[in-house]
Amino acid sequence: MVKVEINGQVIEAHEGDMLIDVADGAQIPIPRFCYHKKLSIAANCRMCLVDVEGAWKPLPACATPVTDGMVVRTNSPKAIASQKSVMEFLLINHPLDCPICDQGGECELQDVAMDYGEDVSRYTEAKRVVGDKNAGPLISTDMTRCIHCTRCVRFGQEVAGMMELGATGRSEWMEIGTYVEKSIDSEMSGNMIDLCPVGALTSKPFRYTTRTWELKAHQGIAAHDSIGSHIQVHSKNDKVMRVVPHENEDINEVWLSDRDRFSYESINAEDRLTKPMIKVNGEWKATDWETALQVAIEGLQKAVGNDIGVMASANSTTEELHLLQKIARGIGSENIDFRTRQVDFSADAKGFHTPGLATAIADVEKQDAVVMVGSYLRKELPILNLRLRKATLKGAKVIAVNPQAFKFNYDLEQIADDNGMVANLAGLAKAAADAKGDNDALLANVTATDTDKVNAEALINAKNSIVMLGQIAQSHADYALLTKLAASLAKNTDSELSILPIQANEVGANLVNFLPANGKNAAQMAQGMDAFLLMGLEAADFTDATQAGQAFKNAGFVVNLTAFDSEEARQYSDVMLPIALFAETAGTFVNINGNKQSFKMSVKPQGDAKAAWKVLRVMGNMFNLAGFDYTHTNEVLREVLDNRSTTLALAHLDAEMVSANNDSKVVMVAPYQMDAMVRRAPSLQKTPDANVATMVGGQD
Amino acid sequence: MVYQNENCFRLNDQERSYDIDVYMANGGYEIWKKVLAGELEPAEIIEQVKASNIRGRGGAGFPTGLKWSFMNREAPGQKYIVCNSDEGEPGTFKDRDIHRYNPHALVEGMMIAGYVIGASEGYNYIRGEFWEPYQIFKNAIEQAREAGLLGKNILDSGWDFDLHVHLGAGAYICGEETALLESIEGKKGQPRFKPPFPASYGLYGKPTTINNTETLASIPMILAKGGKWFNDLGVKNAGGTKLYSVSGHVNSPGNFEVRMGTPFKDLLELAGGVWQGRKLKCVIPGGASTAIIPAEKALEMNMDYDSIANAGSFLGAGSMIVMDETTDIVKVCRNLSHFYWDESCGQCTPCREGTGWLMRVLDRIIDGKGRPEDIAALKDVSGKIMGNVICGLGDAATIALTSAIDHYEHEFMHYVEHGCSIFDRK
Amino acid sequence: MSTKTNIIQGDIKKRIDTWIANYPEDQRQSATMPALRIVQEANGGSLTNDLMDEIAEYLGVPPIAVYEVATFYGNYNHKPTGRHSINWCNSISCYLRGGEELRARLEEKLGVKPGEVTADGKFSIKKVECLGACGGAPMCQIGKDYHENLTEEKLFKILDELE
Ligand SMILES: Cc1cc2nc3c(=O)[nH]c(=O)nc-3n(C[C@H](O)[C@H](O)[C@H](O)COP(=O)(O)O)c2cc1C
Ligand code: SF4
Ligand code: FES
Repeated sequence: MVKVEINGQVIEAHEGDMLIDVADGAQIPIPRFCYHKKLSIAANCRMCLVDVEGAWKPLPACATPVTDGMVVRTNSPKAIASQKSVMEFLLINHPLDCPICDQGGECELQDVAMDYGEDVSRYTEAKRVVGDKNAGPLISTDMTRCIHCTRCVRFGQEVAGMMELGATGRSEWMEIGTYVEKSIDSEMSGNMIDLCPVGALTSKPFRYTTRTWELKAHQGIAAHDSIGSHIQVHSKNDKVMRVVPHENEDINEVWLSDRDRFSYESINAEDRLTKPMIKVNGEWKATDWETALQVAIEGLQKAVGNDIGVMASANSTTEELHLLQKIARGIGSENIDFRTRQVDFSADAKGFHTPGLATAIADVEKQDAVVMVGSYLRKELPILNLRLRKATLKGAKVIAVNPQAFKFNYDLEQIADDNGMVANLAGLAKAAADAKGDNDALLANVTATDTDKVNAEALINAKNSIVMLGQIAQSHADYALLTKLAASLAKNTDSELSILPIQANEVGANLVNFLPANGKNAAQMAQGMDAFLLMGLEAADFTDATQAGQAFKNAGFVVNLTAFDSEEARQYSDVMLPIALFAETAGTFVNINGNKQSFKMSVKPQGDAKAAWKVLRVMGNMFNLAGFDYTHTNEVLREVLDNRSTTLALAHLDAEMVSANNDSKVVMVAPYQMDAMVRRAPSLQKTPDANVATMVGGQD
Repeated sequence: MVYQNENCFRLNDQERSYDIDVYMANGGYEIWKKVLAGELEPAEIIEQVKASNIRGRGGAGFPTGLKWSFMNREAPGQKYIVCNSDEGEPGTFKDRDIHRYNPHALVEGMMIAGYVIGASEGYNYIRGEFWEPYQIFKNAIEQAREAGLLGKNILDSGWDFDLHVHLGAGAYICGEETALLESIEGKKGQPRFKPPFPASYGLYGKPTTINNTETLASIPMILAKGGKWFNDLGVKNAGGTKLYSVSGHVNSPGNFEVRMGTPFKDLLELAGGVWQGRKLKCVIPGGASTAIIPAEKALEMNMDYDSIANAGSFLGAGSMIVMDETTDIVKVCRNLSHFYWDESCGQCTPCREGTGWLMRVLDRIIDGKGRPEDIAALKDVSGKIMGNVICGLGDAATIALTSAIDHYEHEFMHYVEHGCSIFDRK
Repeated sequence: MSTKTNIIQGDIKKRIDTWIANYPEDQRQSATMPALRIVQEANGGSLTNDLMDEIAEYLGVPPIAVYEVATFYGNYNHKPTGRHSINWCNSISCYLRGGEELRARLEEKLGVKPGEVTADGKFSIKKVECLGACGGAPMCQIGKDYHENLTEEKLFKILDELE
């Protein structure tokens, strides 16, 4: 520890810490633009110049390591003069078009100019104008406003792992951009909007919709993957205007995936269902809640005794899933499931395994070796991929066993050949078993290649290692077998085994037992049922969408709790009950680490839509089921708070080796096709990640 | 009398001085052989270099022996010796001639320096336009290799050394040593923020020593004749000889190798004196980045660090830009400001934005649209760049201009008041 | 990415590979500058986006990294040049010795301004900063060759003798 004096205040700091961090810690303000705690130091804006005793010129606080006895003034005449100088330079070529700039009100340049800028510019020469290029559907550019801090460029290189933006040219005509017309295609691109201190990079969907000071901010939890990123929902007049990340060092740091950032567009989609609807003699009729619920209850009651299928999206809240399974079980149905993309359910016979990440999200950075089985992690769980990327930058070895090679944004070894995932994983598991002298019968006829041996060795030698199964594995025809092989590999290499939950609340769905203990699973239900009670689901959520749609159509009665009104839903539903989307409701998601993260309602649901938990509460009462007298989501949550995850299935996994390569049966899902909301976010739909072919092949 | 050509240019009067035969016939590579034979220890070499009092010839004047002592020869891992032959400073053209007339001295100097700092690889960064010097240097490397003086296990010493060239592509900033390293790495030449310094984090992140061409080419003679010999050629605080590039309004511009401390008057005379029988107006003594010295002071100064500093400027790279009495100083400043604006790397705010500002104001003044407050603005903007930037380019952009205003403010005022220069009175 | 050009082959590839070998094995990016120069020469004096993409792919660096370099350094051209590109030194020593006036005569003779190519495609003029030959001011570089101590007569003779 060293002692530094800043503005007369003596502060203890670690030797080598940068002055700006030390000052930030002591809440001593230092203006800055290029500095960002998550990015490398550039020291190019020069805004943070401070006066350090003994130095002939002012030093940039962001790039000056503290030393013992250092005496610093951030507000001496010399420091202020330097800061004002820089401010003046930054403004001479800036358009000063704040009134028409989207960043107005949250512009770092504007803020700092208030403190350090002069009112009248002495600069009377011609200003620089920079031509704009189309950077794609998500980011709007206005590069004349750019102050060349290079945060966005560094983000691309250092965090997103994709160098798409650069600074071309030099001197005054240096320009930040893609140089050629090219969209910014990273699954994390929206973060550049946050990083840009000025209005050069702004959100295209948000553009010109609101002045930022009119926005109300609400804390929330992102609803599209199991990371549970912390977000802020910004609303105006009860309308969601945008979503931005909220810092949480343990989970999403300061980042947010584009999926979680831009999905909100669908909240305001044209096809929102805003009134309860019933089908009368084949005609759809809007009605009031009471009537609609009455029709729903009666219809379902008629079906009691027959096969009623109850399914929901795993992006539903824990409360919603709990109540829905309670109703299902209350009316005697055990056909309950959310796993609409799984095809191999053979492991269910022995019980269920709650998915989850065996280490804390942040600790993924500390792994030395990771095996990914069936995962394009970058698109499945972008934030987790970012952590893994950091591990690779520190030297971690990542091995991916996949049906095909994907464009990861870090160096890894991809095993993706015609032998197929099962054989390739078995080889790896065999090498590990051999190394440990384990005579696993399952691997009796498997031989390990030299590469397998090297890889197994790397895992065995790693201090921290994980074997993780991703979405592709989970929708594989040999899922149970892959899991068993992965478990064997993990055991023999002393690695943690993780089945990655993908959707926001898969863990919650497991905790409330939204699973078919003695009933039909999702795939079986998709073959046909007498009646369905659906929540937040569409046929497109199933591996075989056509089959699922047909099953819904053929059913005698379908009650559909949905936020969206679609032609397809009209065809197969009998009652459509408009429910709220994530920002319109309160509830809890349980994330990949089992963290129960509750959130409040940010805006009122659109039209007559209601929070699904409230709808279900009324339905429970109308069915005369006991225990449906909740007044708050907390009460629902309390019932399931102590529910624990289970690892039952893993312990008893039962699977035989197969010689077939079933990889081709895997139906991959593009990240922006994952759920009903993202499918309706127009901006996301315009990007390469909206369909599998361009997700896999369309980017560099 | 003025002593000339005692070091880097000592072979200039010989035909094919760039050939290894000529170099070796004149004692070349003897030191290298002694070093390889273990007769000259790294510590002893550093001692001699320190004793020679040679200061970096690239412009900053940092003592070379001290710089070399920063490197830990025994530290494990790759290290690099890098020669700075980017020579972009207006007025400077000496390193080009070292390549043309005495490339082997540079090869030998780099090999010795590499050995001293424990670097088995060296890069010579030659500006891309120097195609002919590059060819000659490349040939010299080949000759040295053929003579078994370069490569693996040289002369059975167990020491490996290889020498490479990297060619620039038209960016003055690459003369700044960290920009130069970025450039070798295949990137834009944008200076790195220091610390860390190249001695700990240099080329490809490895410890690196960077020296100017003339500095390195001086080493063999320093070791051959001893540090004291070299030191004694010069004056206090400035050992040895120096290459002065003399250009501008003289009768015979060119490079002159003379002893440190040689009177400016004598150097001017070597260059044939002011041309067209005119009188001296002023001189920029160290390349475009140094302050202008008016004739009265210049004619009294000697060519060494302290004397030039006393005259209000800096020896820099030793590039005398001589201006006669008819020179329009405002236009000179405009020309210089265009250079810095054009060559700014664009990275840091004050330089990127400020150099263009200075140039545009000067443009306007010369266009006859100057305003009285412009002169103060030039000084003020200069002051706001100075010291607030990452590298020396931004600072340099202000130095000659500020000194010009200090000495010749009336010329600027004349433009502002009359819309034209003092020389074409309307 | 698929490249639309296919210039890196044969001798050009060999020359680039020689430069790649000039740097440590894991530092192919270092060859960006020589590759740009060689490809530019092979393409008659200027670069195109497709050529830069091909270099990026060949060296295994992101295209934008090549664009950055190709637009930072003054010697890479992004517009066609004449067969003989005249780089005219504009800096102080040449200025002091009449460089500007001589350039004006040159522009007159060729009928083009800096940045332009003569109608027959033979010459183009480019204004450059100090070429490090101030002792021979005024001077210019034509192709790779320096021409110093220029007078109008000398300059025009040089031009007339060029193919
Ligand atoms: C903008 C700028 C340009 C420079 N150009 C050169 C140059 O062309 N040649 C050179 O040797 N040093 C140049 N330098 C100085 C180098 O950064 C460095 O100090 C020098 O190469 C060290 O070598 P020396 O100690 O032998 O002089 C330049 C510095 C700056 C700031
Ligand atoms: S002072 Fe100029 S050249 Fe140096 S780093 Fe800053 S912008 Fe680049
Ligand atoms: S914040 Fe320190 S230089 Fe930009």
